[in-house]
Amino acid sequence: MTNFAILPILIPFLAGIILAFTHNRILLTRRLAALFALVHLITMGFLLYKVLIDGSIVLEAGDWIAPYGIILVLDPLSTLLVLTTSIILLAVVWYAPSSVSEEQESFYFYTFVFLLVTGVSGAFVTGDLFNLFVFFEVLLMASYALITHGGKKVQLRESIKYVLINLFSSMLFVTAVSYIYAVLGTVNMAQLAERAAASDQPGIITTVAILLFFVFATKGAAFPLYYWMPHSYIVPNPVVSALFGALLTKVGVYSLLRTFTLIFHQQPEIIDQLFIWVGNLTMLLGVIGALASRNIKLIVAYNIIPAIGFMLVGIGIFNHDGLSGSIYYLLQDMIVKAALFLLAGTIAAAAGTSDINKMGGMIRSHPVLGWMFFVAGLVLAGVPPFSGFIGKLLLVRGAFEKGEAVTVIIMLLTSLLILLSIVRAFIRIFWGEGEAIKQQKRHNARRLLPAGFLMLFTVFLGVGAEAILPTVQQIADYLLNPQAYIDLVLKGGR
Amino acid sequence: MEIIMIVLAGILFGFAVYNILQKRLLRIIIGTALLSHAAHLFILTMGKLKRGAAPVLVDGTENYTDPLPQALILTSIVISFGVTSLLLVLAYRAVKTNGTDNMEELRGNDHD
Repeated sequence: MTNFAILPILIPFLAGIILAFTHNRILLTRRLAALFALVHLITMGFLLYKVLIDGSIVLEAGDWIAPYGIILVLDPLSTLLVLTTSIILLAVVWYAPSSVSEEQESFYFYTFVFLLVTGVSGAFVTGDLFNLFVFFEVLLMASYALITHGGKKVQLRESIKYVLINLFSSMLFVTAVSYIYAVLGTVNMAQLAERAAASDQPGIITTVAILLFFVFATKGAAFPLYYWMPHSYIVPNPVVSALFGALLTKVGVYSLLRTFTLIFHQQPEIIDQLFIWVGNLTMLLGVIGALASRNIKLIVAYNIIPAIGFMLVGIGIFNHDGLSGSIYYLLQDMIVKAALFLLAGTIAAAAGTSDINKMGGMIRSHPVLGWMFFVAGLVLAGVPPFSGFIGKLLLVRGAFEKGEAVTVIIMLLTSLLILLSIVRAFIRIFWGEGEAIKQQKRHNARRLLPAGFLMLFTVFLGVGAEAILPTVQQIADYLLNPQAYIDLVLKGGR
Repeated sequence: MEIIMIVLAGILFGFAVYNILQKRLLRIIIGTALLSHAAHLFILTMGKLKRGAAPVLVDGTENYTDPLPQALILTSIVISFGVTSLLLVLAYRAVKTNGTDNMEELRGNDHD
């Protein structure tokens, strides 16, 4: 029973290895990849059901009792995120054959995709700070391979910067972990939480926390550390962009959410204000970047940044509504960003260019694509009844409750600007005159189905919020009460 | 002893950052290697140096060396070794393809 907690890591890991052996037989590899992704999705769905009904699952690896060994924790938050990851994995594996060249596919493409998911899932389920670093490295290694996959000139140029910034922040992560070890004498998150709460040195802990904040903010692309992100996310294949945009930055946000609700909430007056102001600036500057871009992929990539800002603000607000808003936004943003990157890739492939000034009139040749892009834009901007609205509503309510009126204004302004950036792109691409580019329709449909699959989930997250919101609110309560996690890991769980 | 180690780690951090801020790609890679050394020394020091007996399984051992930082450092060394070698290969390919190893010339713009 407790061994279930290893499944989110084990399934994609084994899938990656098996797919490495079949890499020369492309048709078989594709089918196996889709099968494994489906199995992963079903298993994660089952695990979420299990966790919600029977309570969280804690695995103590090798039977080393909690604070000494490495532990894996499947609590509602991590399980929900792992499930979302598996949804995105399925869509990506589905979309890949129509976008990635066969030569690339045979060059271990799916292996790297599954290894990336291994790292992401591992980062979500681990209950150990150093282990989190290790899983970050696993996912980064896979991402280094994916970002250079294809070996185009521009890819190699941007990937150097991507690798360097991630290497630098990883080393800072190690340094921060060793600081924490020096101060609190453990790296187990539950024990850290216990000792941090009992510690008489909140000043030092907060200082280390801010170092760790910068590490995760770099990975999560928050202001002022996002400059590396947009350009390096648009150079690989759209499938890879979708994976990166949906998963990598969100792992950074998840780490912030986990560590700062659990361990580093000693001096709320400093930490909360840090989160709120970094979040505010991230939202504003990110959306300005989106408005300034003329490249459809770059517009989508820049739109990742304000979303990160929203989640940071939610963590900073640190009340029931704020945290539920953050979690809800995190879930829906993973899915909608993946969908948007896939749609942007389809648009760029259909038009033969990424420059929105050179497109036009595509609504006649690609109506379904157009309306899907439009709906995705509405989701992103938070227009009701779509899912972005629910997250933003909760965040705004939480901010008012805390009395952060300026933040509310910035949030609403940002939403408006996001809408502007997406609608402007929509008008340039789909309306007006332009040589309607004729593509094979069948090829186009194969690309639209996976994006449509993701859109289905975002629409469900909006219209069917009643079904999911109670769970998210439970998770927020659970995060507000670190003792629950400590009890789960250190005392019970078996 | 700890003081000396920490000062050494600090000096390494300084050199590392100086090298990372250079324009030549190779200098930057040397900088990242130094950075990882600094971080590793730092972990080792954080567990306190030279505390006496080995962390063995005899009952009643007092003053034993903390084994955890050594496990952490080993993991971290392996990872940074792997990343550095990947970075060297990547840099080699990037220099061959782009025809320059100067970061100033590797800026790029929106539309390519």
